[in-house]
Amino acid sequence: MTVTEREQRAFIAAAAADARVNVELETEGMTLNIGPQHPATHGTLRIVARLDGEQVVAAEPVMGYMHRGYEKLAEVRTYPQVTTLINRIDWLGSFANEVPFILAAEQLMEVEVPPRAAWIRTILFELSRLANIALFLGDMGVQLGALTPVFFAFRDREFVLNQIEAVTGGRFHPNFDRIGGLKDDLPKGWIEETRGVMAKMRNFCDELEDLLMGNEIFEARTRGVGVIPADIALSYGLSGANLRASGVDWDMRRDNPCGLVHDQLDWKVWTHPDGDSFARYWVRLQETREATYMVEQMLDGLPAGPVMAKVPVIIKVPAGEAYVATENPLGVMGYYVVSKGDLGPFRVKIRSASFNNISVAPWVLRGVYVPDVITILASLYFILGDIDR
Amino acid sequence: MIWTLALELAYWQQTAIKLVVVALVIPTAALILGYVFLMKMMSFMQSRLGPMEAGPYGTLQLLADGVKFLQKEDVFPRRADRYVFALAPVVVLVSTFLLYAVLPMGPDAVVSSLDAGLFFALAVASLSVIGVLMAGWGSANKYALMGGMRAAGQLIAYELPLVLAAIGVVIQAGTLDLNKIVLAQANGELFGWGAIGFPYILTQFLGFAIFLVAVQAELTQPPFDMPVAESEIVGGYQVEYTGFRFLFFFMAEFGTAFAFAGIASVLFLGGWYVPGLDPASGWFNLIGPFVMFIKIMAVSALIFWFRFTFPRLREDQLQKLAWKVLVPLALGNIVVTGVLKVLV
Amino acid sequence: MADTEATETAMSDGPDGADAAAEPVEPLEPRHLAAVAALSERLGEAVLEHHSQRGELWVRVHHESWQRAGYALRDDLGCRWFDFLSAIDWLPSPFGRDMDAEQDWPTSGPPARDNAIEHGITGGETRLQLLARAAAVEDNPGGGGLAVTLKADLPNENPAVETWIPVFAGANWHEREAWEMFGIAFVGHPDLRHIYLPGEFEGHPLRKDFPLLARRVKPWPGLVDVEDMPAAEAPS
Repeated sequence: MTVTEREQRAFIAAAAADARVNVELETEGMTLNIGPQHPATHGTLRIVARLDGEQVVAAEPVMGYMHRGYEKLAEVRTYPQVTTLINRIDWLGSFANEVPFILAAEQLMEVEVPPRAAWIRTILFELSRLANIALFLGDMGVQLGALTPVFFAFRDREFVLNQIEAVTGGRFHPNFDRIGGLKDDLPKGWIEETRGVMAKMRNFCDELEDLLMGNEIFEARTRGVGVIPADIALSYGLSGANLRASGVDWDMRRDNPCGLVHDQLDWKVWTHPDGDSFARYWVRLQETREATYMVEQMLDGLPAGPVMAKVPVIIKVPAGEAYVATENPLGVMGYYVVSKGDLGPFRVKIRSASFNNISVAPWVLRGVYVPDVITILASLYFILGDIDR
Repeated sequence: MIWTLALELAYWQQTAIKLVVVALVIPTAALILGYVFLMKMMSFMQSRLGPMEAGPYGTLQLLADGVKFLQKEDVFPRRADRYVFALAPVVVLVSTFLLYAVLPMGPDAVVSSLDAGLFFALAVASLSVIGVLMAGWGSANKYALMGGMRAAGQLIAYELPLVLAAIGVVIQAGTLDLNKIVLAQANGELFGWGAIGFPYILTQFLGFAIFLVAVQAELTQPPFDMPVAESEIVGGYQVEYTGFRFLFFFMAEFGTAFAFAGIASVLFLGGWYVPGLDPASGWFNLIGPFVMFIKIMAVSALIFWFRFTFPRLREDQLQKLAWKVLVPLALGNIVVTGVLKVLV
Repeated sequence: MADTEATETAMSDGPDGADAAAEPVEPLEPRHLAAVAALSERLGEAVLEHHSQRGELWVRVHHESWQRAGYALRDDLGCRWFDFLSAIDWLPSPFGRDMDAEQDWPTSGPPARDNAIEHGITGGETRLQLLARAAAVEDNPGGGGLAVTLKADLPNENPAVETWIPVFAGANWHEREAWEMFGIAFVGHPDLRHIYLPGEFEGHPLRKDFPLLARRVKPWPGLVDVEDMPAAEAPS
């Protein structure tokens, strides 16, 4: 019920702003197209904002500029071919995209993954989180006008990408996860190198904490900007750090690990009560640091054994339905896979995190200033491929 | 020597020489600041090398960029107000030119030594607002319009702290003539010890700080770069400009930074004076420009250091800072300075 | 219903049942039964079928009670986190799977097509089935939460259903997507227009009878593109 009340209030506020624009000030409202080619939308998102001066009266995201129809395409592909497609959904943390789909297929096939494969899968999962969120941590600075952090982010993210590349052979689109395990084992010396990289990433987090998060202007720009209360966040289906920044203590990695090994590690779910842009940044920064600890623990406890279970060469998935979601870098990503015993899925519903995360934008962007539009969008952190699929 | 030459030449000859000098100084200043700070200092702060290919250590990069800009097509948006659009960068550049007219590089090495030199400098500096507004309006682009409006609001808001911060110095020196302010600092004494003169930064540190903050806003540099905020309004009033018109904006920005750094060093750091020489000596016409250059580079380093370090404020926060913090502080500074001037 | 549960139990006794890490199905049953009971109490006859599998609960409701089921899900079961809303077109594609390459079926060849509609979990009656999921996230951190997937069969002619926007505000875009991709009308949706596709687009791409033109025009390359393995050429 609170939702409707809030919506009503927002509607009344919008109508009142309309009235002000048209009657009291006797000025004309302006419609501003932020995007589709705008530096702040890192991709081709378009925000149609109706402005009263610099204040947003109503904002409506328009997407589809990058819609690739993966749900339809997946219907004419075999299971191993689908991972190639879904790699491109969240292109900054590609490996993490493959994981829930493969897990869903494994659930339907009743395949048991060898422990080593599950552990390495989780390591790569967390590495792609690092590669993804490191860029957010720097990019948020750029959106707020501080150029320097993003260069640090690119510099240190490179180390993570190198590690991913060393294992999978691909920096951006690994396509490494297989039904029943992984394509290959870790290369020699990789574990030690990764330890060094984790130390560098923690150093990067400290650096950004000093450089950006401790900055008064940064706080002034983000605190209290774009507040999303928990009930709104829940009803819009926000997930990941966006939800945890609204004070909801929920992380799929802890609460529903489904096949990954996060439940065997010692780590903490970070939440922040404020729900504003600062909280979202703060939570992501803590999560990045937490992820480095997780990777180190997994490197310590990596079990020996094969990395591939016995699966047939031609993969036919028995009929059934499965929904598997994991806590991807951007939030909860799930695949609802319907199989009819064919070589490929009958229907795949891709539940991507950014689609839900950005759907709150019309609600949260009402009445803010144009610069705050950028701040809020940056702090919600979307990847266009993850919205449009 | 400049001062002897000036005596022997006719007025039009002097004027021509001065024009040529200023016309050369502005691009050079822009090049130097752009290369040293925008390219190299920024790169090193961001753990990268910056341009390395054009010329030794990338020194000619900006020259290459300039040539590239000149080769570009002069594009007008279809619905732009052509004359306004075309004139705007010139207006901005002219205000930069005028700033150099009163900037003293030595006792006589100044284009035009006005009695109200400081007043003139601060007045013409705000002329650029007109150019910026013209650019914002003439581009027929919503982002440009917003940028122009923001720039106008911001430049006007920061004109006041800029002037008020300088008034403390004026009270202390008792003159508006920039050269006399330098002389007052050179001849001043610190509790009877006159070895280094009396740079006003010692007493007017608050004024210096406010002046620098206001300059930062005048130059529309981070943390006050909302008029051109590239992540919000995609370059603001500059968004439709290409080629040599954009080059004009670029030169004006860095030329103005250089000039303001010059005014700051005249007001607070003793200008062209270095301790150890008689301020009346004609040699200062020779070494003055170099002294000024070093001081200007030091002040510019500060300005650009801020630029690379801080995120951007929001427009309303910027106005709050100007009216609620900087103006009261500057007024307080004036009161204290005035009272002390009378008492001491 | 009983059949599916029996199959499920048999399955988990199979290769997977030995591992304790997989969610044990049995202890979760009471929670799911309670949830189904609560839904039945609220909706009465509209709860048609239910199924539980690996800690997830599927419930099929009548499409006329769709919005009420949403309220019940949110208010009675505490599933306040909206996950997604979509649909399944159970019609077997008239074009097959568009996998024309022989190598995809190396041994048996493509199976004979049967154009009868076969439904999955919780069964179904018609071609289009609405699908939505919500989960309880905040009450029991660490407990896995209750997650319910609701299904509803839609009439074949003019599929329409009440909107979920008053229940979950986030359903707005999902319903727009379902409208665009499946042609399901959502009664009461204020803003039912294209979300991904251009405004003048005709047809509903995710329906099975919408041809994937890329594959129609140019068949999947298949064997033509496959090069011989290097080892086959160079035995030395």
